[in-house]
Amino acid sequence: MTYSPEVRERLETDAKEIIGRYPKARSALLPLLHLVQSEDGYVSDDGHEFCAEILGLSKAEVVGVSTFYTMYKRKPAGEYHVGVCINTLCAVMGGDQIWSELTEHMGIGADETTPDGKVSLERIECNAACDFAPVMTVNWEFFDNQTPASAKQLVDDLRDGANVLPTRGPKKLCSFKDASRILAGIPDDLAGDGPSAVGPSLEGLRIAKANGWEAPK
Amino acid sequence: MTTLTPILTKNWDLPNSFTLEGYGDYSAAKRALGMDPDAIIQAVKDSGLRGRGGAGFPTGMKWGFIPQNDGKPHYLVVNADESEPGTCKDIPLMMANPHALVEGIIITAYAIRANHAFIYVRGEVLHVVRRLHAAVREAYEKGYLGTGIFDSGFDLELVVHSGAGAYICGEETALLDSLEGYRGQPRLKPPFPAVAGLYAAPTVINNVESIASVPSILANGADWFAGMGTEKSKGFGIFSLSGHVTRPGQYEAPLGITLRELLDMAGGIREGHRLKFWTPGGSSTPIFTDEHLDVPLDFESVGAKGSMLGTRALQIFDETVCVLRATLRWTEFYAHESCGKCTPCREGTFWLKQVLKRLEAGQGGEEDLATITDIADNILGRSFCALGDGATSPIYSSVKYFRDEYLKHFEIGGCPFDPALSTVWGAK
Ligand SMILES: Cc1cc2nc3c(=O)[nH]c(=O)nc-3n(C[C@H](O)[C@H](O)[C@H](O)COP(=O)(O)O)c2cc1C
Ligand code: SF4
Ligand code: FES
Repeated sequence: MTYSPEVRERLETDAKEIIGRYPKARSALLPLLHLVQSEDGYVSDDGHEFCAEILGLSKAEVVGVSTFYTMYKRKPAGEYHVGVCINTLCAVMGGDQIWSELTEHMGIGADETTPDGKVSLERIECNAACDFAPVMTVNWEFFDNQTPASAKQLVDDLRDGANVLPTRGPKKLCSFKDASRILAGIPDDLAGDGPSAVGPSLEGLRIAKANGWEAPK
Repeated sequence: MTTLTPILTKNWDLPNSFTLEGYGDYSAAKRALGMDPDAIIQAVKDSGLRGRGGAGFPTGMKWGFIPQNDGKPHYLVVNADESEPGTCKDIPLMMANPHALVEGIIITAYAIRANHAFIYVRGEVLHVVRRLHAAVREAYEKGYLGTGIFDSGFDLELVVHSGAGAYICGEETALLDSLEGYRGQPRLKPPFPAVAGLYAAPTVINNVESIASVPSILANGADWFAGMGTEKSKGFGIFSLSGHVTRPGQYEAPLGITLRELLDMAGGIREGHRLKFWTPGGSSTPIFTDEHLDVPLDFESVGAKGSMLGTRALQIFDETVCVLRATLRWTEFYAHESCGKCTPCREGTFWLKQVLKRLEAGQGGEEDLATITDIADNILGRSFCALGDGATSPIYSSVKYFRDEYLKHFEIGGCPFDPALSTVWGAK
């Protein structure tokens, strides 16, 4: 199977714009892999071929790169790709329990997708949010300070199509494909949504203000 | 008593801190572009700023290594890969205050005579990626990026580049390979990036917080910056407290503050518990215990006590946490993230994981402690990059401080701890 002419034309337009940002075309490979993932929900055979062709690389070279990086999926991710941080800090704070209760609740394990294609699961490493532990992500948006109950509710809501909102993110949760498009370097217009900072991010500032502490003038 | 010094975090409580309106007018960049580039490098040297990405290399000196009038393009690459376990400062910084980074990039690029800059941001932080794109777009619209910035004749293109999930891409030369469209595996040094970096051209790679600190140095002067901190670790930094503290979060303070002081501000260890062990600068820095509460958190003092300041990622664990469990989990991380290029790290982290799994299950003996430190000896100093070295930190330090706890596992044939007690909800 190959992309239809319409899809191909659309991808080519985006790809050329992305390639144009870089002094050397090959630098666009990671963004282009995100781009084809935004088309298929994973990096498909067609996706690999497209990247190879447009950059003048062999397909083997492209596969060699895509398989190095965990964010490129080799089979379709769910519409909502859910991550549970299981690195030490989050694991200890409850991430391990969240993982075991969530997988039991959903009947799927790591890197698997529910039969309806809605939700896939991944054990993720430290996502630079340890002060919000235990941390989860959906389509790489932050869902901070989770519990086993909130985690199960979250995936149930995702499967039911209910409106769920990240704790530090936009007022709308985009799909895995849409997220991949942003990572390709083609952002949507939701950057202004959501808070600047919340909770732990503001703790030091709050204490400084309460005590009248400032940096030297 | 050391007090907090909000500088980079100062505007984070404004609802629009991530916009130009909430940030300011780039007056430091405006002034910098009227200066001699070498004078900027000198000011950053004089400030004493050292890299905030972990290694603490003097920033001005790094910039000074870029050869001038060599006829080659120069590049600035910002390392926004933030993936070292425990490290969580750059992500909230870019979420709330991306313009501090963009302004720092303009000043730095001008100083090193680079006309092309990149922010290599880890991919798993979608809203931060949006905020970076939006900040860069705003800066272009204002004429702070692009051609003829501030009518100075200086041109700068800035690209936001998302990674795709690989801790090793935070290592600066692996990052460059990744940015060139390859698997992210470290390069042999020398040549150093200052000589042959991106596309084999002179390149400066700096951490987000390092670059974001630059506008404040230009605005307030090198002396102002050097007036904070300790003799050889000058200035301020963001200290990230996580884990079993009452109020985890980001605390911006002069280098040299102690964990005791920070814990006082953060309401102490969670109620009814006491400090057991902590990392001063992420999982790659040897753990400390309650003996180290008064160690000044600067590069020299932490080093003198056998660890590293790293990224000031203070992960706090109380007495409910099994140190073997923590060590094993970190080791699994290193084994997972080892890029496979060199044998000591690829094989060593795999074997460490196997042996530790056995030890955690209580199926081992005292001789296994020699086995894991032997494996670590074969990784440390023999690996191609610092990931391998980092993987040995939890091993050595946990055996050093908690030998008895390892033995206890063998004695009772299992783990003496109840993981439920460590959870946020478990130990009321
Ligand atoms: C495995 C590994 C991961 C690293 N990850 C990061 C990172 O995410 N961010 C960062 O700034 N530096 C990271 N570093 C350090 C960089 O190699 C480099 O020293 C740093 O970006 C230089 O910037 P600085 O001088 O401003 O600190 C990492 C190093 C290693 C060995
Ligand atoms: S030390 Fe590990 S991460 Fe670094 S080059 Fe060797 S295998 Fe790769
Ligand atoms: S350990 Fe989970 S976000 Fe850092």
